[in-house]
Amino acid sequence: MGDTVTLSVARYRPEQEAEPVFQDYEVPLRRDWVVLDALNHVKDRLDGSLAFRWSCRMGVCGSCGMMVNGEPRLTCAAFLSDHLPGPIRVEPLRFFPVIRDLVVDITSFLGKLKKVKPWIVRKEEKPISEGEYRQTPDQLDAYKQFSMCINCMLCYSACPIYGLEPSFIGPAAIALAQRYNRDSRDQGSRERLEVLSEHDGIWQCTFVGECSQVCPKNVDPAGAIQQYKLASATRWLSLLLPWGER
Amino acid sequence: MIPAARSTPFHPRWYRRRVSVWWWLEKGSYTLFVLRELTSVFVALFAALTLWQVRALAAGPEAYGDLVARLRSPGFLALNVVGLVSLLFHSVTWFNLAPKAIVLRIRGRRVPDWAVAGANYAAWVLLSAGVAAILLRA
Amino acid sequence: MEVFSCDVLVVGGGGAGLRAAIAVAETHPRLRVAVISKVYPMRSHTVSAEGGAAAVIKAGDTLDAHAYDTISGGDWLCDQDAVEAFVKEAPEEMLRLEHWGCPWSRDPDGTIAVRPFGGMKVQRTWFAADKTGFHMLHTLFQTSLKYEAVQRYDECFVTRLLVDGGRCQGVVAIELDSGKVLAVTAGAVILCTGGCGRVFPFTTNANIKNGDGMALAYRAGAPLKDMEFVQYHPTGLPFTGILITEAARSEGGWLLNKDGYRYLQDYDLGKPEPKPVLRSMELGPRDRLSQAFVHEQEKRRTLKGPYGDYVHLDIRHLGEKLINKKLPFVRELCLKYENIDPVREMIPVRPVVHYMMGGVSTDIRGATPLPGLYAAGEVACVSINGANRLGSNSLPELLVFGARAGEAAAAFAAGQDAPGPSVLRQVHDEEVRLERDVLGRTGGREKIVTLREEMHQTMEASAGIYRTGPALQRAAAKLRELQERVRDLSLDDRSRTFNTELTAALELSYMLDLAETIVHSALERRESRGSHQRTDYPDRDDGTFLAHSLARRGEDGTPRIEYLPATITRWPPGERVYGR
Repeated sequence: MGDTVTLSVARYRPEQEAEPVFQDYEVPLRRDWVVLDALNHVKDRLDGSLAFRWSCRMGVCGSCGMMVNGEPRLTCAAFLSDHLPGPIRVEPLRFFPVIRDLVVDITSFLGKLKKVKPWIVRKEEKPISEGEYRQTPDQLDAYKQFSMCINCMLCYSACPIYGLEPSFIGPAAIALAQRYNRDSRDQGSRERLEVLSEHDGIWQCTFVGECSQVCPKNVDPAGAIQQYKLASATRWLSLLLPWGER
Repeated sequence: MIPAARSTPFHPRWYRRRVSVWWWLEKGSYTLFVLRELTSVFVALFAALTLWQVRALAAGPEAYGDLVARLRSPGFLALNVVGLVSLLFHSVTWFNLAPKAIVLRIRGRRVPDWAVAGANYAAWVLLSAGVAAILLRA
Repeated sequence: MEVFSCDVLVVGGGGAGLRAAIAVAETHPRLRVAVISKVYPMRSHTVSAEGGAAAVIKAGDTLDAHAYDTISGGDWLCDQDAVEAFVKEAPEEMLRLEHWGCPWSRDPDGTIAVRPFGGMKVQRTWFAADKTGFHMLHTLFQTSLKYEAVQRYDECFVTRLLVDGGRCQGVVAIELDSGKVLAVTAGAVILCTGGCGRVFPFTTNANIKNGDGMALAYRAGAPLKDMEFVQYHPTGLPFTGILITEAARSEGGWLLNKDGYRYLQDYDLGKPEPKPVLRSMELGPRDRLSQAFVHEQEKRRTLKGPYGDYVHLDIRHLGEKLINKKLPFVRELCLKYENIDPVREMIPVRPVVHYMMGGVSTDIRGATPLPGLYAAGEVACVSINGANRLGSNSLPELLVFGARAGEAAAAFAAGQDAPGPSVLRQVHDEEVRLERDVLGRTGGREKIVTLREEMHQTMEASAGIYRTGPALQRAAAKLRELQERVRDLSLDDRSRTFNTELTAALELSYMLDLAETIVHSALERRESRGSHQRTDYPDRDDGTFLAHSLARRGEDGTPRIEYLPATITRWPPGERVYGR
């Protein structure tokens, strides 16, 4: 391993450029440095004008998602040494509008998240004085995986459908809807069904499967979507049977 | 935000890259995905072919003989070879992805992916064996 | 410039901020409540908390027991009336969160499970695997989406509190994606911006924890309480500062020095047992464990690494199955960020700054001495944590005091008039100042990274785990020098759009103010208590110092320190005893 590696970073300043340009920086190559450490080195010591988001440095806040050599990655979890030889290409998350340099606009996702009603819906609330809703470890397992989403948006960057149709509600939003649908305390699946079976809902998904490949938290949104497709397609059957209802 | 507006100090212009029509060539997994989707064309063709065979059968042994002769032509042979490969690809990818959609729990434990996929393969083999037995006995 | 208005404005969108906003929406549904944050709410630092949240629900546990553990853990500097209210309301708040969907880990019968935690005599720490803060924050954020009354200003960086007619009436902020200056006026403002761990070089805190709210309150004339009490977490990864949760020790991990010896037994923390014993050895309180590290360092029994000294945390003997079940995130962190597998290797750890016991001084309703200004969470100091916080108390604190501050602020705001012309004049003045001194600045000779590193070196050397008068004096002088030099910063980034160099400069200036309050408060407290240890005053002095320090900004910008006695109700000061 040499001493340094080249980072090729996409720059975009709306006041200056009509479209992004690449700028190269030489950064130290340390065994325990990730791409984010290299970007911070650039910002601190080489070029203070580089703009990017980051916060926790440990893969739980979801701020630092970017394209590293064409793949959507959390830059706090992408070791420089895994991307040799350079130059390492760092670009803003694909398929999102770019505000500046490596910062993209995610407001559309927040709108989609709100649409799927990501909260416990109940016909009747149990009073606090009666204690917790009982939920066995198995019932917790039924939705636990989908609750691990950190909203990092890597799945949207991996989804070609989202790239072609930005109004597609998308992997993370559907996975979070499923997180509540499968929670034994929730009674809101019917309300969510309306939103999810719209034109831009689950049926836009053609199971490319890339979202689950890039998800850093193993949420498996592709699985969530296919399971939901199966559930909603067989739902009409349960409506016919007197004992079936969800 | 209005992407096309001119940038002023308080009105940033956000950049959207156009998605190329060749997006599916940019990544191996995307290409495989598109090929997988295209296999549905061959599924349809095979279905059409089967219907054609049934019609020919109903029309009598001569019509059927004509059809069989037609199917021996190199064009149709090639089509059938490509079709068979496509259908195999179609089936294999379908069975391998089935565990994503079918989540079964027996006594609290999730049935492992290989069991779900395996069950599909097993059913395929059994049905094929059954059909082969009927056809080859004649 | 745009001026928005609302009735209650919450600054900061983490656990406390979201809980406060929901409290306003629920108790006063006709009020307009807004949350303004420099990051999207789900990025707030609450998300990193791992271990758990304590509340009394199991049989065999009592509110008094929780209160006593908290008060003795805080070395008797806690306000006992606040602690009593806290332990009483914590179970209710956590159950409310469960009703909102929080995926608490469960016992086989479906009831909420608890685990042991450092400093707690009885098992009472609720947990959601080892990502408790993550699940709490996402539950709160997703639930907050239900309330139409809650308006959000995401990615807006607050630069100043508006104070007029003796009360706080809103904020001025920079909208990051456009560089526009905006103002939000309000009947009441609640600060929920978290702590300021980034004042120190080795910290578990995220990049965004620069003490914004504390500095804003300080500059507006509100006092900061107990700033000298800085909690070190004994086990953080050396390079990144990533926290290895206390739960790794409560499940049975051992701390070993370079000779493979469980060194804590040398420091009056009990005898080493094969299984973890509550309040003993590795489950002793955080400050005692961090101090033990410094002693080991002096005895040259720590290991030397490229980023500093460290010791080992050994969890290999717990086995792969238990680690994957109870500590999956610990394993993931070690593998992903330091390339170490704790199932097979020992984890390198050292004490890292984790939490600020001090903060904006509030009463038990969350109100600061400045009318209209409230605070809750790590930014505030009520004080329930005293001189040392027990692990798993800070998450319920967000809920209890977030709710209290929300209700109190709403009640206050409901009776207030709309802001007058003098407030709007202040807004205009602040915009002019920002345009001239900040957004429009040119020239300058100092770099942000240089000043930040010098601040870090100063704080680590002088205001770390052990302090002395002369070192603190030197630190105070050095910080004065840095305060001068920060006015001469040179910025490369000339864009108005999402200028993160600008925000870094503003954050540095906040941190320097706070560093000064920490150093001056430490200098004046001539005793050792909890996490504040003076080698020149090694004993606890209840006669003079059973009181909170209050730091107020003086005319020349340096802090003036006064004292406010701690509230003692039922538990007279005793000796902090562990392992016996």
